[in-house]
Parts: sequence; C-alpha cells; structure tokens
Amino acid sequence: MKTVIDEYIRKAMFPNMWCPGCGNGIVLGAIIRAIDDLGWDKDEIVAVSGIGCSSRITGYVDFCSMNTTHGRALPFATGIKMANPDLKVIVVMGDGDCSAIGGNHFIHAARRNIDLTAIIINNMIYGMTGGQYSPLTPTGKFGSTAPYGNIDQSFDLAELAIAAGASYVARGTVYNPRQSTSLIKKALDKKGFSVVEIISDCPVSYGKMNKMKSPVDMLKWIKDITVSKKAWDGLSPDEKRGKYAIGEFLSKDRPDYTELYEEIIKKAQESGGNK
Amino acid sequence: MKERIEMCLSGSGGQGLILAGIILAEAAGIYDGKEAVQTQSYGPEARGGASRSEVVISNGAIDYPKVIKSDILLALTQTACDKYVKNLNKDGILVADSTLVTEVPNISNKIYLFPIAETAQKKFGTKLVTNIISLGIIVGLTEVVSQEAIQKAVCSRVPVKAKEVNEKALLLGFDIAKDLKVKNKKSGNKIN
Amino acid sequence: MNNLKKGKNIKLLQGNEACAEGALLAGVRFFAGYPITPSSEIAENMARELPKIGGKFIQMEDEIASMAAVIGASIAGLKSLTATSGPGMCLKQENLGFAIINEIPCVVVNAQRGGPSTGLPTKPSQGDMMQARWGTHGDHPIIALAPSTVHEILTLTIKAFNFSEKYRTPVILLLDEVIAHMREKVEIPALEDIEVINRKKPTVPPEEYLPFKPDEDGVPPMANFGEGYRYHITGLIHNYKGLPTSNSQEIDAFIRRLYNKIQKNAKDIIMNEKYFLDDAKIALIAYGSVARAAERTVKLAREEGLKVGLLKLLTIWPFCFEEVNKLAQQVDLIIVPEMNLGQMVLEIERAAQGKCRVVPYNRVDGELINPIEILGKIREEIKK
Repeated sequence: MKTVIDEYIRKAMFPNMWCPGCGNGIVLGAIIRAIDDLGWDKDEIVAVSGIGCSSRITGYVDFCSMNTTHGRALPFATGIKMANPDLKVIVVMGDGDCSAIGGNHFIHAARRNIDLTAIIINNMIYGMTGGQYSPLTPTGKFGSTAPYGNIDQSFDLAELAIAAGASYVARGTVYNPRQSTSLIKKALDKKGFSVVEIISDCPVSYGKMNKMKSPVDMLKWIKDITVSKKAWDGLSPDEKRGKYAIGEFLSKDRPDYTELYEEIIKKAQESGGNK
Repeated sequence: MKERIEMCLSGSGGQGLILAGIILAEAAGIYDGKEAVQTQSYGPEARGGASRSEVVISNGAIDYPKVIKSDILLALTQTACDKYVKNLNKDGILVADSTLVTEVPNISNKIYLFPIAETAQKKFGTKLVTNIISLGIIVGLTEVVSQEAIQKAVCSRVPVKAKEVNEKALLLGFDIAKDLKVKNKKSGNKIN
Repeated sequence: MNNLKKGKNIKLLQGNEACAEGALLAGVRFFAGYPITPSSEIAENMARELPKIGGKFIQMEDEIASMAAVIGASIAGLKSLTATSGPGMCLKQENLGFAIINEIPCVVVNAQRGGPSTGLPTKPSQGDMMQARWGTHGDHPIIALAPSTVHEILTLTIKAFNFSEKYRTPVILLLDEVIAHMREKVEIPALEDIEVINRKKPTVPPEEYLPFKPDEDGVPPMANFGEGYRYHITGLIHNYKGLPTSNSQEIDAFIRRLYNKIQKNAKDIIMNEKYFLDDAKIALIAYGSVARAAERTVKLAREEGLKVGLLKLLTIWPFCFEEVNKLAQQVDLIIVPEMNLGQMVLEIERAAQGKCRVVPYNRVDGELINPIEILGKIREEIKK
C-alpha cells in the first residue's frame, strides 16, 4: 500500500541505516506528514543536517538535501536561507550535534531569529559513536564514557532556545508522534527561528546502558518522564525533577533576519547609490 | 628630483601617521600622476604604541614597497626619532616635533624642528591636526608632491566635517615650512 | 597629470579593499566572515558594498560558521567569499574539506600573519603556504594564488573566482599583512573588460541529472538548490547521485577524479612571471610581498654584473613543477627567500631534482625581507 511517506522519500536509500526500534524513523514520518499537511512543493524545500544517526534523515528525503559537518548544520542553513530566502529550510540535528559541538551555532541562530526550523532528535546520547554521554544526558545516567554515572548537568534545550531569542519553541516525543507532527507543522509554518525538540529512544546504546533493553521499555520510560506543559506548570520543583514538559512553550512574532536584511539593502541603496 | 623618494612618518598610535601616509601617497599617485605605495607598521594597540607609516614615491613602477633608507623622516616621538634616524639617508632630512623630541640626534643631516602638536592645540584647539600640519611642513620643505595635489588629497581623505580645519592646518604647515627654510639659510643644520 | 580625466578609474586602494573590489567585479553576492586582523577590512568593505547591489553580508558567530555559511550560500546560487588570517584559517579547515569533497565554488582569503597560534597579529608572514596545501585532512586538491601587488590582489581575486567556478572547487587567496594593508595605485577595470566565468549548469532535465557525474573536463555541472534539481550533498564519499557509497571502485574513482580535476588542468591554473631569467645563472624564486624585494634585488645584482633573475609565483598550488625543473637545469643556484622557515623551498627542491643548488633565505621576525639582505645572500652563496 502506498502511503503519503512514499511521495517524499528517496527509495534508493532504503533500507535505512537505523537500528531496530530507533526513534529516528518516527521523527522522519512526523516531518514528512507535517510537510504534506502544509502542502509544500518539494522543489522549494532544503533539508540540512549535521553528523550523527539522526542526521542521516536528510539522505532519505526527496528534497534538496545536505548532510554537512558535525554541529555545523545551522550555519550552512543560514547561508542557504540568506542567499535564497524563498527556500524553506529545515535543519535536523541530534542532541550532541546541536547542543555540544553545535551549541554556539544554535544560540546564535536563535539570537538572529533567522527563518529556519530546527528539529532536534534528543536520544540523550551519542548513538553513532557508541553511546558516549551528551550535554542532554540526564545527570546520573550511564554512557560508554560515563561508566560511573554522568555528573554533568544537562541543558534544557527548550529553555536555552527561548532565552536565546527563538520565535517558536516546543517539545514532543516519539511516544506521541501525532503531537510531534502537529508541533513540527506549527514550527515549519512559523516565520523566524523555530525549535522542536523530540525526545527519542536509542535502545542499542542508551537503553542497554541504562537498564532498558527493549525499544518498548524505552518508549514506556519516555511516557513516564514526560508531562504536558499544562500539568507541568502545576508541579512542584521536586516533582519536576527528572521530568520533561512537552507541548508548545513559545510562539511569538519577531522580524526574521532575512526580512531585516532586506531593510538593510533598501537603506544601502537609498544612501549609497548604485555600484 | 630623485627617481625614488622614501619617506618614514613615525611616532605613536593615534597621531594620525597612517592617514598622513595615505594622503601623501594619494597626492603623489592620484593627483600628481606618479607611482606611490604606502605601507605601515603598527602594534595591536589602537592608541599609543609605536606606529610608522612609510611612503615610497617614484616616477616609474615601484618594486620594493617599503623604505630601505629614508629620504624624509618625520618623528613625532623621541622613541621613534631615536629608532628611525639610524635609517636616514645621508642627504635625507629630519622633521621633528621640538616639544616631543627633546634630544635631537647628533647627525649631519638637515634637521627641521618645530612644536607641531603644541601649535595644533594653540591654533585649532586640537592635536588631531598635528599630522596634517606635519604634511604641510614636509611638502612645503621638499615639494615631494605638489601643493595642489596634497590639498586635494587632504580634502578627499578627511571627514567632510573636518575638511575646513584640515585645509587650514595644511596651509599653516606650508607657512611654517617657509619660515623654517629662511631660518635654515641663516643658521645651518638645526632649525627651530 | 590627473588620471581621472582620462576616463580611467584609478584609485589609491588598500590591498584588502582591492580584494573586495575584485570580488564584486567577479560577481560575488555573499560574504560571511568573522573579525580578524589583518583581514577585517575585506569584511568591512563587503558589509558596506554588498547590500548596495542587492548582495548579502553576514558576520557569523565564528570562523567555522562563516565557512559553512559561504558554502551554503554558494549552493543556493550566490558567488561567495570569506576572509580570515591564520588562526581563523585553522578553524575553516573542517568546512573547507566539505567544500572540496562537494565541489562547491567559493574563495577563502588568508591574509597571513605571524604564527603559530595568535602569533603576530599585526605583522606579516608567509607561514601558511603548506597549510594552504594540506590544511584540511585527507587527499584533496587545492588551488592557491599569491598576489604581490595591490593590483594583482584585484586581478587574482577575479581569477580565484573564475577558477573556483570553472573547476568547482574552493580557491585560497594567500595575502600577507604587508600587501593586505599596503596602499597602491590601482586601475579598476570596467566590468566589460574582464573575463568572468560562471559555474556550468546541467543541460539535462532534473530526472536525468547526476550531480557528481563529471563531464570530460572532470567537472560535473552544478545545479543550485531551488532550481528544481533535487539532490543530496554529503561530506561522505559519494557516487554520481551524491549518495554515500562504500563501493571501493567508486571511492577510488571519486578521489582520483577530484585530484585530477585540478592536476590535469594545472597548465590552465599555473601563472608566474619571469624577470631577467633568459641568461640567468642564479634564480630567485619568490611570491607575495617578498617577490617585490626579490625584484629589486635582481636590479641591484645586475648593476653589479651578476646574472640574477626572478621567477615570481602567482599560483602556489598546484605547484609549477615543470617550470622549476627546467629552471634548475639552466641555473647553478636557486635562492628562495620566504617569510617562514622554508616552506615552498621544499617543493622547489623536489622539483629541482638535484640539478642545481637550492638555498633557502628565511626571516620570521615579522618584518618584510629587504632587497639588500637577499643580495647579501647571493654574494655569500657565490663564494661557496
């Protein structure tokens, strides 16, 4: 049976390289459904990613796509968007990719409020390289480089994006694909820098090292650690510990960087004459 | 005039020596139709620290762009004077600020001393035009570029708001040069 | 005489300004950069001039991001430039490799200052010649040009873009602090008087387009993103479709094609100038600001009756191996003055194949080598 997904994927690239039970496929599905809902033309979409399991998504979608260097997807996307603001630019990153090596690019893309949609697949671990801890690994959890437990404090990526100036910030999970699709759709549709973090599972690395051997165990865990934004607001600090709010956190209107640059062009042409 | 004239404008950062070099090179290269190169050497500080601007002017193409032996040396600090006077050509001239360079080097070259910065402050209420007065003096003394060319170059390179004061400063430099020339005829090498 | 009256556009330009002028003439419409001495004037000029012609300028959060943005903008169809110096060049290497493997045209200016590390921010050096060749990891080709006058900065910036577009490769323009900050009289050519090369576009419809299948010249036609050709770009070794491959035949063919794209066209890319080499028994080989000292040395030496000539390199990479090999058969001695501890001299020695003596002359104190020193070196060597 043909599904909506078939219309948007590069069949030559399948079967995909992800492990059984990996959440990346659910996110891929959510992105495609959101795009299909919006009715976007494939020719006007550019998908950009960095390095990691999640970043392979760009190879599977039938858009102009770019699998760039580790952590650098956002500055590549910034160049593309500046050069041709008519393109719809989607950036898919993993948690390590976005928040460690790409952390600086992330906050500056948010600060500029450039019209990109950043989708961060947060499986709380470096999966591709074998389960090392990332800046989003919760304190106390285990990784191949945290054999005695992680002492680092993790980022709240959504709070970080809000503080840095993003226009749209939301969090979903692979346990709630319908909600994730709807959040991604809103993010895509939003002018300015939009961020959707999707909490995902890596049963092979994270699960194995943290006593969740099967993908099902992991999905149940994701269900347990997440609460809706509405419920979250009523929790005490103690109750919030170890939990994640999901839903839409911010949606505001602020001029996007490419629009502001159009103003610069006008100013320069009025004052400086033509060269 | 010599085929190739080498000039060294030296002092400290913030005295406008690099701009002075640019103006000289522009006067020679653009308005007098010669070849000209301006280079510079400076430290990481925007103000203070050693600063030097070099200008080479020639009737033909310029190969080596920097000063080998200077024909004209402007020194606006003692340190700069002590350092660059060693590289002065045997028939080169030294123009120095008499209040900033108090220990005049013992050389056989022609030396022209004048309280340039002090005069800038007195006449224009700002030391910012010290560099332009210096240019007026150098051009007045040496005709290394034409007076018409240096006037045009000053106008093209200083901010519009500061055009008038800089033009006046340049003319003052020309007058100072005239006086220094007269004094030089009377008293030999060291003039002030 | 007033040159302006003759209808020529003659200006006193700083090297960095001339680079910006050249870039605009070459059709650059995007610049991304990060402040660094001694290259910042290029960014400042581009920030002022680009929006006047509808181009875009962005100051990124770091050097890595600048390089990434330049590549992104080029893929989206704009000729793109970035400029930096040694410390920034180190950071750009990662994405420079990405541009090489994906054959994305762009130009990277390195206004060289003393290194390693922060080194001498305001003083010149030629310490990055080998970094230009091998800075990013893996076997890869590169084109690097080194002007020695402000006018050459303008013309070689245009050349750099032309090579970049023609061969789909990043080109490095190696300046040094002396020429980057030097001001000199430059005649700015009219747009109709210069050659501007643009990337070749696919001639097939999107469904037949293979983004990395080369034409006979080794260069694949390039579709810009947003032009209806949907394809994938990856830093992984890829096949004609642009998709990752682990097929060893495809891998081998890809790496060799990438390399040969430049090597086989080396004749078109290599540029140099000869002064008094016809009867020379001693040759100086120099580039950048040092070449100007060497030129003066040749004149001084000839006045003394010494048969000295100069080979001035304008193209650094690919290296003019054959030219130097021939020269080594003609002369008894080659002296290579450089503001480093001997980088291009290694390549020159290799090309000379022992056919003549090759001697370095080095200075690393942040001052430009002067003609008298080189003359001294000649006198010293001929006594040996």
